[in-house]
Amino acid sequence: MTDPARPAVEVSGLCISVELPGGSSRPIVEDISFAIPKGEVLALIGESGSGKTTIALAMMGYSRFGGHISADCIRVGDMRIDQMDAAGLRRLRGSRVAYIAQSAAAAFNPSRTIIAQVIEPLTVHGLASPAAARQRAIDLFRELALPWPETIGDRYPHQVSGGQLQRLMAAMALITGPELVILDEPTTALDVTTQVEVLNVFKSALAKSGATAIYVSHDLAVVAQMADRIVVLKDGRIAEQGEAAAVLHQPQSDYAKTLLAASQPVERAAGPSRADSVLSVEAVHAGYGRIREGRAAMPVIADVSFELGKGQSLGVIGESGSGKSTLARVIAGLLPASAGTVRLGGETLAAGLAERSKEQLRRVQIVFQNADTALNPAQTVFDTLARPLAFYHGITGAAASDRVARLLETIQLDPALARRRTAELSGGQKQRVNLARALAAEPDVLLCDEVTSALDTVVGAAILELIDGLRRDLGIATVFISHDLSMVRAFCDEMLVLYAGQAVEMCAKEAFPGSAHHPYTDLLVASVPELDSAWLASRGGQPGPAMPEAQVTGELCRFLPRCPLVITGTCDRLPPPLITAPGQRVLCHRHGKAEPSDQEHLVTGASR
Amino acid sequence: MPGQAANPPAWLGVSRLVAKRVLSALLTLLLVSVVIFVAASLLPGDAAQEVLGQSATAEQVAALRHEMGLDRPAVTRYADWLTSMLRGDPGWSYIAGMSVRDLIGTRLVNTLSLAGVTALVSVVLAMTIGLVSAINRGARLDRALNVVTLSLVAMPEFLIATVFVLIFSVKLVWLPSIAMISEEATWGETLRSCALPVACLAFVVTAQMARLTRAAVADELDRPYVEMARLKGVPLRRIVLFHIMPNAAGPVLNAMALSLSYLMGGALVIETIFSYPGLASLMVNAVTSRDMPLLQACAMVFCAAYLALILIADIVAILANPRLRA
Amino acid sequence: MRWAASLPLSGRIGLALVVFWLLVAIAGPMIAPYPVGRFVDQEVFSPLTGQFWLGSDYLGRDVLSRLIWGARYTVMLAAGAAALAVLAGTSVALFAAIRGGWIDEFISRAMDTLISIPSKIFSLVLVAAFGSSLPLLLLIAALIYIPGNYRIARALAVNLAEMDFVAVARARGEGALHIAWREILPNMIHPLLADMGLRFVFVVLLLSGLSFLGLGVQPPYADLGSLVRENISGLAQGSSAILSPALAIASLTVGANLLIDALKPGGGH
Ligand SMILES: Nc1ncnc2c1ncn2[C@@H]1O[C@H](COP(=O)(O)OP(=O)(O)OP(=O)(O)O)[C@@H](O)[C@H]1O
Ligand code: SF4
Ligand SMILES: [Mg+2]
Repeated sequence: MTDPARPAVEVSGLCISVELPGGSSRPIVEDISFAIPKGEVLALIGESGSGKTTIALAMMGYSRFGGHISADCIRVGDMRIDQMDAAGLRRLRGSRVAYIAQSAAAAFNPSRTIIAQVIEPLTVHGLASPAAARQRAIDLFRELALPWPETIGDRYPHQVSGGQLQRLMAAMALITGPELVILDEPTTALDVTTQVEVLNVFKSALAKSGATAIYVSHDLAVVAQMADRIVVLKDGRIAEQGEAAAVLHQPQSDYAKTLLAASQPVERAAGPSRADSVLSVEAVHAGYGRIREGRAAMPVIADVSFELGKGQSLGVIGESGSGKSTLARVIAGLLPASAGTVRLGGETLAAGLAERSKEQLRRVQIVFQNADTALNPAQTVFDTLARPLAFYHGITGAAASDRVARLLETIQLDPALARRRTAELSGGQKQRVNLARALAAEPDVLLCDEVTSALDTVVGAAILELIDGLRRDLGIATVFISHDLSMVRAFCDEMLVLYAGQAVEMCAKEAFPGSAHHPYTDLLVASVPELDSAWLASRGGQPGPAMPEAQVTGELCRFLPRCPLVITGTCDRLPPPLITAPGQRVLCHRHGKAEPSDQEHLVTGASR
Repeated sequence: MPGQAANPPAWLGVSRLVAKRVLSALLTLLLVSVVIFVAASLLPGDAAQEVLGQSATAEQVAALRHEMGLDRPAVTRYADWLTSMLRGDPGWSYIAGMSVRDLIGTRLVNTLSLAGVTALVSVVLAMTIGLVSAINRGARLDRALNVVTLSLVAMPEFLIATVFVLIFSVKLVWLPSIAMISEEATWGETLRSCALPVACLAFVVTAQMARLTRAAVADELDRPYVEMARLKGVPLRRIVLFHIMPNAAGPVLNAMALSLSYLMGGALVIETIFSYPGLASLMVNAVTSRDMPLLQACAMVFCAAYLALILIADIVAILANPRLRA
Repeated sequence: MRWAASLPLSGRIGLALVVFWLLVAIAGPMIAPYPVGRFVDQEVFSPLTGQFWLGSDYLGRDVLSRLIWGARYTVMLAAGAAALAVLAGTSVALFAAIRGGWIDEFISRAMDTLISIPSKIFSLVLVAAFGSSLPLLLLIAALIYIPGNYRIARALAVNLAEMDFVAVARARGEGALHIAWREILPNMIHPLLADMGLRFVFVVLLLSGLSFLGLGVQPPYADLGSLVRENISGLAQGSSAILSPALAIASLTVGANLLIDALKPGGGH
């Protein structure tokens, strides 16, 4: 029974299939076999639809869409999952095998307190009294570095942040001391700076509990930090498996090689240096709600400026909610700015759509993040592409068919797809059509809002490549909006960092390495995981924020509450100055001053 | 808890929300009164002429017009009507020669008791059917219940009523086909005579309510937190009661209020068939005799009752939502 | 036909019933064995015979002929009213959703007011005020069900108007009409058709209820509800003159309901 050489988890010949309406069945995953030694972490990686989650859930005898699970063996400890009945599975779920879901925000019941849900695995399985369970939960909260461990559980899920909620879900999973923990993309929904903290906490909590774990992810760099072993999946089959270091550094299969290549975009040469300016944004303020005296009721963007030349590309980066999409909407005219000007070539653009001329509208085109909602599902590909041709260029009839075929060629799609309805395309195809629609207008400026974030790495990389080629060939000035620093660094000539609606830094590609950056930029750079498995450990404890959740008012630096390098007496009293250097603009008191260590006022590592 | 002191206390937010709902309901009722008044005043022809018949002389008509206040501007008439409604005296029925208040009097009580008993029966039945269906979603039982309730909601009340009368009064002679409500009747007699009207009304209302309840609960069943609870090993019964019900309370209550409001429409037919002396049959008579003051008053009573139901459901849902109470 | 075969059993039954009644309504006058108003039987309330398939009514008229004509009125009135309600409700909803602002608020408030008058109560007030000729009944029924359709159509349109493809069309410079007609409306068709079906059922129930109370279709015309009313004295004998029109209404509405339920996504399970 306690043979130390015997792996803690063993799976062989696992197949999962769904029944089709006709009575036949279609396999989702086939012939999966792996084993995990006790206390180790196995990563399942692959693109969406490759069956990662399906396999992980089979460890609990559960299938989302009523699929049929069959296997030669699914063993966790001394339990044969494949031979258990419903009652047995119910006793095992949450007590001996636990699950951490991708979106904690969705997985917590919005109408019950957090602690009631966290202790539920103990109470429904009769493993502890409510009082003892509560105490155990509070201990775990402390261990998971949650603030106010005694009382945070009494809140409702919407009253804590996303990163905290994800850690609270980890507490819910670990509370029974399970033998196997399944983590299903547990940090995908988080911002990169939060992701690091959560990864750190997960790693130490897993190590402490001694549980075996399955970590599902599409992100190789994250997997590198967490996993001892890796299984690479493609279309429901195993493409490759082995020790983490081996798979990451000497991949054997072609598929793993492609995956690795796509996750590390190669830096492109910079575009033509500052040609005549095409797009210029000057001191733009914008927000939602009614605009009064140049201020929106809910201001989002404050004082953002930049300039973009023909054929150049600008990357806009920042965390979720920092106002990236808002900026794009302002430029496109969808959201009138409350103050500031947007200039196209020499002309000043009106704030609203109605006052812009058709020609001005044609020259600025926007490509939305989510192709599922950006394409009208009731139209065909042809309808979608022919409309801007007819609208802007008056091209109809046979000429339009010609042009649509050529457009499809440009974006590397089969011209036969023109007759399909957009709802019938794959994610990558949709995003290409989405792009082609913008190109049909023959724009001077292309605004790309997170065009790849809904796509798999490999598919997304190909689309970025395509856009990059087009802007070089056609001289289209491109604004890339992204939350992915490495992508922006690879594809953009210049980078604009947004924090809470402020442009905290603007930096040319050549100036990036070596120069001193805004503290937020530094935090971003330090938070992007690297393929090196020692990265998370080496990163160590970053200095924590200096000020507890202070309300930043007025013109003060918005990064103040989180800034590890705050200068007390200055940053909390005066608005940050804009310091300009060649190829760089930084909005910070510290910039251009001496190194932090020389500062006596510096407060570091203050705890939350 | 840090950062909590600054927030206003939770009950303040809740009472503000409740106050807002009450005000909105009152505003709607006011607008409804305008609609009903306008619709009822659009009579082609003249109400005074109508009362007196074709043989009346011009002077007679003019005198009655003056007495009825028809020679005053519409806005003044509306204001008068509204204030007298608010005072609880909705005017004089020239057709019946009685005050509308006396006409409505006991009939309102009769209709309310009929509706109350029906509501009690159907809420219990509908909750049971709705929850059983939702828990067994997709199973044979659920599909059978779906077809049954779906058919019942599409049945005209008079079909159900005629079939019931045929079976229970004509063939079996168990229950009377006329609902006698009188002072002398014993409790047993009253119950017996009301059994058929209540059964007919409850049939359709229950089916409607059960469907809406099932839909509200089934909606929640698809939410990720339900899957999470299952993966924690929580039994389905417990999931429905402790995880889903707090979230579904609002929609379920709303479903009940909506279906109960159906009672009012159903009562029109059922009261007429069983000669039940209620407000609904009174209203039907008012239409036949074109007794506008009475008709307006009845319509306002029904609308007020409907809005009150929806409002109560809304408020209970607010109070039942732990997030708003927290 | 492949499409019909893909429906669950309840849906196929519903489809058959709906098609049957539509055919009766359209072809009725050609297949009715007797003129609708003629007294053909010496007896009243006679049972089913070879001569009078559904017996005779309280005046000795042929029930089958009257049923066919009644179905024609019921179906045509309800279909007309439902189509009118959906047409008007959806047009107003599209207008409100695209205009937004105070226009939207004003229209929505007005519709909320109308919807909070229970439909049967409202119909009584309107019938008392305007009368109950056939065109008026059609208009009244349509008016009563406009707010319900408006609500559904507006919710759909508002959701669609927030979709990125509408933002793209606006950014392209398209006018409101193009956006409503080409971008939004095509994505609302399926739920709107389902809603029209439901409203058809509501109108059938409303109008036959009114006719049953003697407030709906007036002689010399008679819809199915009127037939039940005029033969109510035959109830004690369980006459087919009263049961067959009642069952006809039920089979029409139940059939439509079953069909709609089977057609909705994930419907019929
Ligand atoms: N229609 C709206 N009304 C009110 N506030 C809005 C609206 N749209 C966005 N916001 C708010 O504006 C802020 C910036 O939103 P925006 O969509 O620009 O962020 P983002 O940087 O694009 O984020 P993400 O990476 O998640 O796409 C957020 O706080 C958001 O909640
Ligand atoms: S201005 Fe001060 S608080 Fe803001 S980023 Fe610079 S050092 Fe930090
Ligand atoms: Mg965005």
